[in-house]
Amino acid sequence: MNADMAPFVLSVQLAAMTLVVLLVIGLPLAWWLAMTKSPYKPIIEAINALPLVLPPTVLGFYLLVFLGPQGWAGQTWTALFGQPLTFTFTGLVVASCIYSLPFVIQPLQGAFERLDRRMVEASLTLGASWPRTFWRVVLPQARHGLLTACVLGFAHTVGEFGVVLMVGGNIPGETQVLSIAIYEHVEALDYAAAGSMSMMLVVLSFLCLLPLYTKSRKRRRLLGEVAA
Amino acid sequence: MFFVWIALAFLLSWGDSADAADQTQIRVAVASNFIAPMQVLAKAFEAETSVRVLVSAGSTGKLYAQISNGAPFDVFLAANAREPGRLIKQSLGVAHTRFTYARGRLALWCRDAPTSDAARGCLNGSVSRLAIANPRLAPYGQAAQSVLAALRPSTPIVTGENISQAFQLVWSGNVAVGFVALSQLKSRSDTQGAYWLVPANLHDPIDQQAVLLRRAADNAAAQNFLRYLQSDAARAVIENFGYDVPLPQQAKAQ
Repeated sequence: MNADMAPFVLSVQLAAMTLVVLLVIGLPLAWWLAMTKSPYKPIIEAINALPLVLPPTVLGFYLLVFLGPQGWAGQTWTALFGQPLTFTFTGLVVASCIYSLPFVIQPLQGAFERLDRRMVEASLTLGASWPRTFWRVVLPQARHGLLTACVLGFAHTVGEFGVVLMVGGNIPGETQVLSIAIYEHVEALDYAAAGSMSMMLVVLSFLCLLPLYTKSRKRRRLLGEVAA
Repeated sequence: MFFVWIALAFLLSWGDSADAADQTQIRVAVASNFIAPMQVLAKAFEAETSVRVLVSAGSTGKLYAQISNGAPFDVFLAANAREPGRLIKQSLGVAHTRFTYARGRLALWCRDAPTSDAARGCLNGSVSRLAIANPRLAPYGQAAQSVLAALRPSTPIVTGENISQAFQLVWSGNVAVGFVALSQLKSRSDTQGAYWLVPANLHDPIDQQAVLLRRAADNAAAQNFLRYLQSDAARAVIENFGYDVPLPQQAKAQ
């Protein structure tokens, strides 16, 4: 593979994998957060928001220790799969999931909280199965929140730097994602190469964000027609 | 569009996954200030031995933290002598493999100076601010601080996180004068003004040391690379980038 394309491809792969994992974890978690009356809800919400507070390099350092051979998460992983977690692509996915979690949870939770619950209950009492209700009643209503969660989770992972630098170790072809490759060019004072790579990152981000805003305009128009 | 990408990424992720621990490639962790010469050296070594060199750059402190936490590097080229020494003490580095591969030279870069002498004068002139690297984090910052202590100018100081940030501050025109590395000035042709090469006796030597890491203790390719780094050809490359290279006898530490 072309050496200049490798970081680009890695970034897209990382963001896609992270997003899939986050949706698998995030959909049930956001659902629970939206529906629960548990007294622990604020605690879980606060923990979920923590990755927003810590500076990425600091978070990256703690993840490095926590996921590394001396940390219990790293030791458990190595015992289960026989491979270390840090400085691998898998490790980057795990770290990115922690880092991008709030960006997926919060739009989903918001969408679920705004659901018309009477419709969900009606669907269930009329005999529709829970998966069918989710597919036909919940998802169409939460569509916009789901799209926001996808785009934010994906874009945030593409743009992350501090965490992947610490946990990934900047290994070409394995953990050297686009943002790190740009940083390396800047450190090497090769501002021209850094500039062209940044251009790639900007274009990638733009293509990521475009569908979000195209969709939301359509939706607004739709709502406007209904209201009128 | 967006979901097409995700599908695409999944297809792509079934591709290759590089395997470690073979002797056809080595992984070198290099202090980011040395990345440009390292790329030249890696190419030359690859051509000579057909061993692939994977270069990972970072700050010496971050790379040290990563190696302590199991990073799969074979060779570490630090920007100082302290971290390689620490690694040997912790048996993460192989004893007696440590040597100084490059000695950094500090330069005072002044954007408005026409000559080297004028650049020297910038220190006492009417400059509004002076850029240095963080003395607590960067060896070049420490050296700059020693020079400032010796010459006592009263210019307010702006601190970059590392030497490349100090360079950026001056290069971008935000600060007119700064202590940077000679190697940086040599690796770009678009530097305005002139610089004064700070006499090496005004600060402790900026020794950049290399060490073989534990996982590569029996890795012939990695040992070969360290030998190559001390060869005349490699020394010429390093000197060309604006570093001094001490003679092998002097370079040996411990």
